[in-house]
Amino acid sequence: MKVHIAQTKPILGNVEKNAEMHFKIIAEAVKSGCDIVVFPELSLTGYYLLDLVYEVAMDETHPTYQQFLELSKDIAIVFGYVEESADRRFYNSAAFVHKGKTVHTHRKVYLPDYTLFEEGRYFAAGNDFRAFDTEFGKFGILICEDAFHMSALYVLSQSGVQNILVLSNSPARGNLEEGHDASNFWQTSNKYIAGVLTVNLVYVNRVGVEDGVTFWGGSEAYNAKGKKLVELDMFKEGTACINIDMKTVRTARIETPFLRDEKQFIIKNFINEGGQS
Amino acid sequence: MRLNLEMTTDILANFIKEETEKIGLKNVVLGLSGGIDSALSAAIAAKAFGGERVYAYCMPYKLSSKESLEDAIKVAEAFNLNFEVIEITDMVDPYIAMNPDMSKLRMGNVMARQRMICLFDMSAKVGGIVLGTSNKTELLLGYGTWYGDLASAINPIGDLYKTQVWELSEYLGIPDCVIKKKPTADLWEGQTDEQELGFTYHQADELLYKMVDERVRTAELIEEGFEPSFIESVETRIRRNQFKRTTPVIAKVSQRTIGRDFRYCRDWGY
Repeated sequence: MKVHIAQTKPILGNVEKNAEMHFKIIAEAVKSGCDIVVFPELSLTGYYLLDLVYEVAMDETHPTYQQFLELSKDIAIVFGYVEESADRRFYNSAAFVHKGKTVHTHRKVYLPDYTLFEEGRYFAAGNDFRAFDTEFGKFGILICEDAFHMSALYVLSQSGVQNILVLSNSPARGNLEEGHDASNFWQTSNKYIAGVLTVNLVYVNRVGVEDGVTFWGGSEAYNAKGKKLVELDMFKEGTACINIDMKTVRTARIETPFLRDEKQFIIKNFINEGGQS
Repeated sequence: MRLNLEMTTDILANFIKEETEKIGLKNVVLGLSGGIDSALSAAIAAKAFGGERVYAYCMPYKLSSKESLEDAIKVAEAFNLNFEVIEITDMVDPYIAMNPDMSKLRMGNVMARQRMICLFDMSAKVGGIVLGTSNKTELLLGYGTWYGDLASAINPIGDLYKTQVWELSEYLGIPDCVIKKKPTADLWEGQTDEQELGFTYHQADELLYKMVDERVRTAELIEEGFEPSFIESVETRIRRNQFKRTTPVIAKVSQRTIGRDFRYCRDWGY
């Protein structure tokens, strides 16, 4: 499976221009023979949308979304956008489109609403994590904060995913001696998730600055043994095409069979007993 | 509180470059006082896109020290900046003459605001964005003139404490004399910030870092050995100067009020 990682810099609130940027990268990915191209969270709109949320929101009938479906005939595309549902809720969503169809849409469940984040003010929260089948294996999508929640990892893992895509808009902060807090945290978490869940993990983070907040990029991928496959530069736009060997999932699950040994009844009993120790 | 200097420089230089170029401007404009804060802003801007796109103005008043001007020149030379001296004496003296009872504080504010007028005018002349030069310590303590030196479009050093300004300035090769000298608003002969504030920047930063960045509460700060009266004076300064860190307060009438529920980033569409 060849994955094209697109570490991009959107223009805040300009869907049209951002879509053009996507289409250019998609064309490059097709040219280099990739199977999937993955963009960051809210790649079509930018992050600090505030009241722009309602202006950039779209559903599948939107001409831009239709263009993505059209292009997906040649390659699977994963991108982030603001989804407006029929009942007029607005979600921070990621779509996996392929062969002219939406294979899966993940609505971000865990909306950070603290310190420099205020997603809960604008977005409705999704309420599930679902594994979905593709011709490249079973996938799960997490949007940024989702990845820091055990329920997300647990459900995806127990649903049998072999690959996790994490779409992110992580701001650089706490830039002290040890490097900045955000990247240290993510790198540790990504490696942990890949290794412990024995899944291939692709983390795609954006770059660029919005009102003084710098998104640090540093997109990376790990195989199911927790081995880093690629790491993009921090702060700079860039792409990488990586080959993920699906056989490592098998090897990893033989060498470290955490998935096999996981006991769901522990969770079941815990919840049945009231969910407190 | 120690910074990752290389990464911080990358972030700040990239910040200046992006926030300037994305709105279609090429240059930056700033006041270069001869002090360390404006020297650091200038050095980061020079790092972002070369000194030839940085327009630095030293704007002395007749009582400003010669040393300040000399230091500003050294900084301009070190980073190959466009440099000009705009003496503000003839602009502010007539107004001061109209107000014979004017206090030192008022005079200082008038000068700071006159410099702001010159800078924003130069920004229109050279097509540059006005770069802020206030650090986090000053912003928190409110040690600056509202709509004077606090006025800017983008500020690369506003999240750096004075202690960190020193650290980063050394790393970026700002002339030693600028780093070593005592910080001063240079409003009158022999004035220093620390004398006026009543504590040193190192003392203030140690407390502010814990209070603001680490969210340590007052009772815990006292347990850690900070003097209660010192804590209180700093807390009061922070609270009473909040007005300098906000946009004007608007009386709400409609369903959608600017700044309250009409909310967009400055970078809207960029």
